[in-house]
Amino acid sequence: MALVDDLGKALDRSPGGSIILTSVDAILDWSRGKSLWTMPMGTACCAMELIAASFSKFDFDRHGTIPRPDPRHTDVMVVAGTITHKMAPAVKLLYAQMPEPKWVIAMGNCAISGGIFYYDTYSVVRGVDEFLPVDVYIAGCPPRPEALQDAIFQLRKKVAGESIASGRERKVEYLLPRPEDPRKGDLAAEAEDGEDR
Amino acid sequence: MSEELVVNIGPAHPSTHGVCRVIVTLDGEVVRHSEVVIGHLHRGIEKMAENRTYLQIVPLTDRLDYVGSMYANWAYCRAVERLAGIRVPERAEYIRVIVCELQRIASHMMSVGPAGADTGATSVFMYTFNQREQVVDLFEQLCGARLTYNYVRPGGVSMDTPVGWADNVRAFCRTHPAAMAEVDRLLFGNVIARQRMKGIGVLSAPDAVAWGASGPVARGSGVSWDLRRDSAYSIYPRLDFDVPVGSNGDCYDRARVRLWECIESCHIIEQALDQMEPGPVMAEAVPRLLAPPPGEAYDHIESARGSLGVYLVSDGTPRPYRMKVRSPAFCNLALLPKLAEGHTLSDLIVILGSLDPVFGEVDR
Repeated sequence: MALVDDLGKALDRSPGGSIILTSVDAILDWSRGKSLWTMPMGTACCAMELIAASFSKFDFDRHGTIPRPDPRHTDVMVVAGTITHKMAPAVKLLYAQMPEPKWVIAMGNCAISGGIFYYDTYSVVRGVDEFLPVDVYIAGCPPRPEALQDAIFQLRKKVAGESIASGRERKVEYLLPRPEDPRKGDLAAEAEDGEDR
Repeated sequence: MSEELVVNIGPAHPSTHGVCRVIVTLDGEVVRHSEVVIGHLHRGIEKMAENRTYLQIVPLTDRLDYVGSMYANWAYCRAVERLAGIRVPERAEYIRVIVCELQRIASHMMSVGPAGADTGATSVFMYTFNQREQVVDLFEQLCGARLTYNYVRPGGVSMDTPVGWADNVRAFCRTHPAAMAEVDRLLFGNVIARQRMKGIGVLSAPDAVAWGASGPVARGSGVSWDLRRDSAYSIYPRLDFDVPVGSNGDCYDRARVRLWECIESCHIIEQALDQMEPGPVMAEAVPRLLAPPPGEAYDHIESARGSLGVYLVSDGTPRPYRMKVRSPAFCNLALLPKLAEGHTLSDLIVILGSLDPVFGEVDR
């Protein structure tokens, strides 16, 4: 991404360059937002609704959202279901394998906070935002497929504000304060350490 | 014998039907040894149950077998009713049978469809998922939830059927066998699917018994064992139905048995709807804070995956002392290393799919 970053900065500095920059940004954000391919990280109950969302009745394909099981092909990771401490390193590794730019949707109460498995249990990670930067949260146990499709629309709004020049992103107003970005240090290196699942 | 290669499948692999990790030792493409690593979805439901009241545990059982939540609800409620000596009204028993047979269809659709997807025919999954969606719609009319129903409660069911629901169920049961005939032609009539499934992962009848297999996995091997008939619980003795049994014990027979069971389920539902009378759906005087007398109870039902049992120990307090779930998916999954040996890696995926594990229930 280094070359693209420099290009963005150079355009931003050069006279008249910002017209090109904003045009490139508009095209890039439009194309990215309209083809958000998902990495279906379905682990539990929510995975059933994740499958339902892409089948004929709800038909995710019409929004340009296609589930791809290969992390290298995807833009957005949908974490659907309970993440246990045993599963977390695998999720981290898959997130690290996704190419930038990438986003995360936390689908269902388990992925948000542990949900019904918050209390009295010893094996469940209390929300996927403990180790991944989540962009959209969908409440529900499990959420309906329509809710997942709405999450993609919400994410599109966020994607529309991105820019190839750092510092030029449009600020998105959030209803609730965002949790702190859990990425401390290099996530990829961290995932490598977690190899011994 | 060439050099052995160790390949790791999972835990996040689209073909493992959940979060299962399989460590496979390959000789060329042939599986020499495979080891299933489970526990990636271990949420400690059995331990959590010790800190919940009897009524609060019902939503937890929803999340055990999330493809067939009604079964876990029912198995748990039967154990509680046995422990506390609650008599369930007749109409509630009929509703339970109807929803569980509908659930069997919904659950088998999630097994037959992926059997097609595993063998390279993704379109079959579309057809079966359409059927599943229709069942899910019926459940949504019944209790408002698409997946985690929390419908069967100790003492009966949470609410009576809405007006017109029975007609919708009848309409579904009329169309479903024809849809199954279509799937039968599409998947089991397809020469590629037949060659990918016939003779793959053969389980003999004595082995099925010795390994504790149950449900369609055992019946596909010719073991005619169905708790609905052989340990007749609830109102099943009043209903007339066949138990489909396979003969070869391969992936083909296991998948086909599931398909036939769906059609039998339609017959059961139609009979139950005919026999059902109006009446209460909840036993009288079931307290909110149920405190059964000290003792223990085990009860099992025939779930879509086999014999699902719940064992409860009470010490007289409103919380169970211990809950143990006898999971058929766990017992069936144990067969994978045995069945996959000598087959190719791509066949291992088909065998895993034919065992139909649900990892919420395997790991609990």
